[in-house]
Amino acid sequence: MRGIPISALLGMFFTALFFLAAIFAPLLAPYGPTQIVGDVWEPASAAHWLGTDNLGRDLLTRMIYGGRTTIFVATASTLLAFTLGAILGFTAAVYGGWVDQVLARFNDLVMSIPTLIFALVVLSVMPVTLLVLILVMGLLDSTRVFRLSRAVAVDINVMDYVEAARLRGEGQVWVIFREILPNALSPLVAELGLRFIFAILFISTLSFLGLGIQPPLADWGGIVRDNREGIVYGIPAALVPAVAIVVLSISVNLVADWVLNRTTSLKGGRGA
Amino acid sequence: MHPIIKLLIQRIALGLLLLWAASVMIFVGTEILPGDVASAVLGQGATEQALANMRARMGLDEPAVTRYFSWLFNAIQGDFGVALSNGRDISTAISQRLGNTLFLAAVAAAISVPLAIFLGLLAVRYRDRWPDRLISGVTLTAISLPEFLLGYIVMYVVGVQLGWFPTVSNINAGMSFGQKLNAVALPATVLTLVVLAHMMRMTRAAILNVMQSAYVETAELKGLRRFTIIARHAMPNAIAPIVNVVMLNLAYLVVGVVVIEVVFVYPGMGQYLVDHVQKRDVAVVQACGLIFAAVYIGLNLVADVVSILSNPRLRYPK
Repeated sequence: MRGIPISALLGMFFTALFFLAAIFAPLLAPYGPTQIVGDVWEPASAAHWLGTDNLGRDLLTRMIYGGRTTIFVATASTLLAFTLGAILGFTAAVYGGWVDQVLARFNDLVMSIPTLIFALVVLSVMPVTLLVLILVMGLLDSTRVFRLSRAVAVDINVMDYVEAARLRGEGQVWVIFREILPNALSPLVAELGLRFIFAILFISTLSFLGLGIQPPLADWGGIVRDNREGIVYGIPAALVPAVAIVVLSISVNLVADWVLNRTTSLKGGRGA
Repeated sequence: MHPIIKLLIQRIALGLLLLWAASVMIFVGTEILPGDVASAVLGQGATEQALANMRARMGLDEPAVTRYFSWLFNAIQGDFGVALSNGRDISTAISQRLGNTLFLAAVAAAISVPLAIFLGLLAVRYRDRWPDRLISGVTLTAISLPEFLLGYIVMYVVGVQLGWFPTVSNINAGMSFGQKLNAVALPATVLTLVVLAHMMRMTRAAILNVMQSAYVETAELKGLRRFTIIARHAMPNAIAPIVNVVMLNLAYLVVGVVVIEVVFVYPGMGQYLVDHVQKRDVAVVQACGLIFAAVYIGLNLVADVVSILSNPRLRYPK
């Protein structure tokens, strides 16, 4: 634990808190996620710490369960994006030639359409289920991971130890997983944090537009959508997810910054 | 041929190629993916006969390549066909809404671009002191929030609690310019906040990059006044990165507009797109997707062209 700056520790603490709350949601939540426990839009009280929502459900319970769905979808799609993006990126860098050209140009093409617009176009014909959402988000996000991992791997690929491995007669798969992956891990981990936050914002946006997670399942974007009518009457229930999203994304950013700084200084670069 | 013209032609040709490929992607994304468009439109309870009629009406019984080219050629001529959900002409609906969206985006851009450059300069001038830290902190928070939540926060604070501006942005052709400005005040503010954060951070990085270069240090060591250094040595070299930043963020603005229009019920392209995604109206979604992609690719193209033009190394061939 020594040498970890206080900001990174704080970030880790809150990130862990969110994940624990997501995992143990049924134990933590005071009520059932779809249980109607009171009047519409009750103010905060001892029984309902954050008040109730547009149907009289406990808002704290909805937030905890909503965090569970949002974090689950974001985690799954980020993992998919990284597995796919990193493997393809490394492959492109290691093989080079036409493999690299085809993959990189196709990647440029997908990135030339704004992510949200592309997702909307695809979701207009696909059934909106959790699996489809994870796949669409993961595939679209893998383009960003591809770009980074390819750039990192191109640098590593010309290192002496990679050449030594080649001369030893190791195959390309060995080079990718035993030589490049361990050395590319640090920048990828830092990027992982940023992509995860992006996934949280993205799934919230889709749900808010009514094209993400479908009711009665709770999620942070959906809570905003459900309670937006209240805003005009001065009821701030729709703004509660904002706090959760900001705290989570700043925490993850703090950790990612630390990982990135640590690795730049390890390489002898200027880790400012 | 002058190398710079060759470069420009190459870049523009690449842009057109990208746009064409994007149209293929949009078409493939909606028509060839697993998932039948006809059943998506009619819902799961549709009878076989209704499905067959729908497929014939949409021309789905023809091969995909034929449909793609007839769609593309009509789209180039400005004809996007009719909406599947209500049978109205898409081009008419879009031309009206595109104007509204461009108005909103233009207002946001007119505020955010000068403000972002000013704040970026301010942050560089007072680097690592409290103005820089304050600006960085506020922009970091703005980036950490999704656009729609920022929209509701602004709506709640400025529109409801303070009651300064209308919370729903209704706009129509009969309104005067002032009334229109009043109507888009809140969405334009939110869009400004969203792109301001990105633009300011990137401007700050671009100017810092220039200020740390050797020729600025030389100018400092020559004893030039700070203003002269910035105006004569730093500014000309910072123009290309700043224009690049501005263009990239305008492209970002085009996407942000989709969500913000839904928040403020603004009758623009974004609202139109989202409505018809929900109705599974593929014809409208394709048309809107193509237009958004075209604007996005176009702005990126302009950014590249400006950076080619402003690079003196390319202007004078060796």
